[in-house]
Amino acid sequence: MNTTNTSNTPWLFEITPKNKFLSLHLKEVWQYRDLLFLFVKRDIVTVYKQTVLGPLWYLIQPLFTAVTFTIIFNNLAGIATGTVPPFLFNLAGITVWNYFTACLNGTSDTFRNNASIFGKVYFPRVIVPISIVISNLLKFGIQCGIFIVFYLFYYFQGAAIGLNPSIVFFPLLILFMGILGLGFGMLISSLVTKYRDFNHLIGFGVQLLMYLSAVMYPMALLKEKLPSYGWLVQYNPLAYVIETTRYMLLSVGQISLLGLGYTFLVTVLVFFVGLLIFNKTEKSFIDTV
Amino acid sequence: MKDIILKVENISKQYRLGQVGTGTLSHDLNRWWHQIWGKEDPYLRIGETNDRSTKGTSDYVWALQDINFEVERGEVLGIIGKNGAGKSTLLKILSKVTAPTTGSIKSRGRIASLLEVGTGFNPELTGKENIFLNGAILGMTKKEITAKLDEIIDFSGCERYIDTPVKRYSSGMTVRLAFAVAAFLEPEILVIDEVLAVGDAEFQKKAIGKMQDISKGEGRTVLFVSHNMAAVKSLCTRGIVLENGKVALNSDISEVISFYQNMNSSINFYKTEFVQKDIYIEKVEFERGISAFYSEEDIQVNFVLRYNVEFEKNKFLMVRIFDDLDQALFSSEIELKRDKSLYNLVIPKFTLVKGFYKLNCIVYHPAITQYDVIDSCCNFSIINNRPDFSHLETFDIGKVYSQTKWI
Repeated sequence: MNTTNTSNTPWLFEITPKNKFLSLHLKEVWQYRDLLFLFVKRDIVTVYKQTVLGPLWYLIQPLFTAVTFTIIFNNLAGIATGTVPPFLFNLAGITVWNYFTACLNGTSDTFRNNASIFGKVYFPRVIVPISIVISNLLKFGIQCGIFIVFYLFYYFQGAAIGLNPSIVFFPLLILFMGILGLGFGMLISSLVTKYRDFNHLIGFGVQLLMYLSAVMYPMALLKEKLPSYGWLVQYNPLAYVIETTRYMLLSVGQISLLGLGYTFLVTVLVFFVGLLIFNKTEKSFIDTV
Repeated sequence: MKDIILKVENISKQYRLGQVGTGTLSHDLNRWWHQIWGKEDPYLRIGETNDRSTKGTSDYVWALQDINFEVERGEVLGIIGKNGAGKSTLLKILSKVTAPTTGSIKSRGRIASLLEVGTGFNPELTGKENIFLNGAILGMTKKEITAKLDEIIDFSGCERYIDTPVKRYSSGMTVRLAFAVAAFLEPEILVIDEVLAVGDAEFQKKAIGKMQDISKGEGRTVLFVSHNMAAVKSLCTRGIVLENGKVALNSDISEVISFYQNMNSSINFYKTEFVQKDIYIEKVEFERGISAFYSEEDIQVNFVLRYNVEFEKNKFLMVRIFDDLDQALFSSEIELKRDKSLYNLVIPKFTLVKGFYKLNCIVYHPAITQYDVIDSCCNFSIINNRPDFSHLETFDIGKVYSQTKWI
């Protein structure tokens, strides 16, 4: 230990009532990157403990949803999906949509779920939602795996499907989806600490949002059949992500560069606003949680 | 010239009491309204001093008010005070868990805190995995932990269980492991709250020793909060006493401890109103109503008990005598009789040496239940020593006289 007189050295840091406006703590997050890694590892290791079916649970939910959607929306309501088998069409949408909801639901209760740790020790709180978004990638990967299995199955059955070359940008698309989920999640978790009302809102809000996100129908079809409500979907950045996913994976629908640009802007905006409010909340949420 | 590592300036913390409900929203809106017009927060003015026992009129309370102190490098500062005096709030602000309402804290070193051990321990993970996780939560990098892993495991004494999930550990083992991780942290400032409350005697000794090493050997600064006066005395060099959210005294540790004890010694009798317990102690008082005794007089304490149930036997009243460092010295008990409500205890003359003492009473049925427990219900002091010890004013001659003989 350095025992020389250090009275004249500047203060290392200062604890004050308020954050400086626009402090994002990104440097601090980098310092704690090992913790981020360990949280991800913890989430992955502990998630199957004491379950019988383990990771199979990740497959059951999207498969059943896709089957239900196919029966209701395609067979019963008669939504046409072109040359693509309806089941595969739905499964593609659901897989990406699930990643978004997993990120949103996982992060939207960050403060309350971690109140006991947050109440005792300081680390950049944003590590926790980031770790959730990353560890959800595993679940997403498994669900992608099942999609690939069905994709190959239909392919060898002779269905007219094919990857689009733009598939190389697919990881970028998923990154958007994760960041969007993270941004909304951080916003909501900050509000939930004080007003639990938002917790109820998110339960059915996510359900409703799914119908506005073109998960089980092509965007073009909605514009054609319900022109007066088309704007609802048109302003929803999630719809573009899902539409683009299907374009990349199944070569169906169309890609809208304008729409993607819009999605990019919304994602960046939501993320930074979410992070700012999250960082503001972390200072004293423990008093109101 | 002093080497100040931590400077606390005008720290105050306000809490809102009661429920969060519709009223909160209107206050929030009002506050926000004042904020955008650049006015002062309207709710900062109306807070009251934090005295938990009196009923306040305002919804806002100051848990801490204008706290100022400085800590030098390598100092072990004890923070003591009654329950609710603001100790934990202060530590929470120091460890950045919550922000102060006003004031600032400036630091020249990293602060790591240990507010209750086992923070972030995941019961499903093994001991070793938890060392890494807990270490990272406390601010260590993976590299630092790997370098010290063997030492940590060795210090915890849990080597056999290190690959077993922590849910199979006893509470004592969990504490050992958690403390071991924290002890090998290398922040310049370590904040510790009540860690030593659990763990067996041997481990407590080890923990205190380790903390002394940390502060003396390695020159690290420690802020230590505890109710255990013996631990505070052996560890700390300086201390502050908090009372109702304010610094009542900031001085060297022996002065601080005696000040704190005198603060409590004013309670010299105990009385309850009617309570719904099956058996309870209604009143405890000294025979003569005074709580200061010469060593050459007998101390008589009278107990009045009330019974709301029928019983025949196996109900006991136990009285324990504690010294000023909260160590039990000896105890005495009597079996209760249904038709008798007044019991008198006599502590014979020349039992206790000069000092402050407390009584602690328990009414219980062995191995079944405790009907009533009163902690430090009556405090008393012995004001002089036995004549043959009177020339030994400054020596620590122990707490009780024994019947020794020289032959």
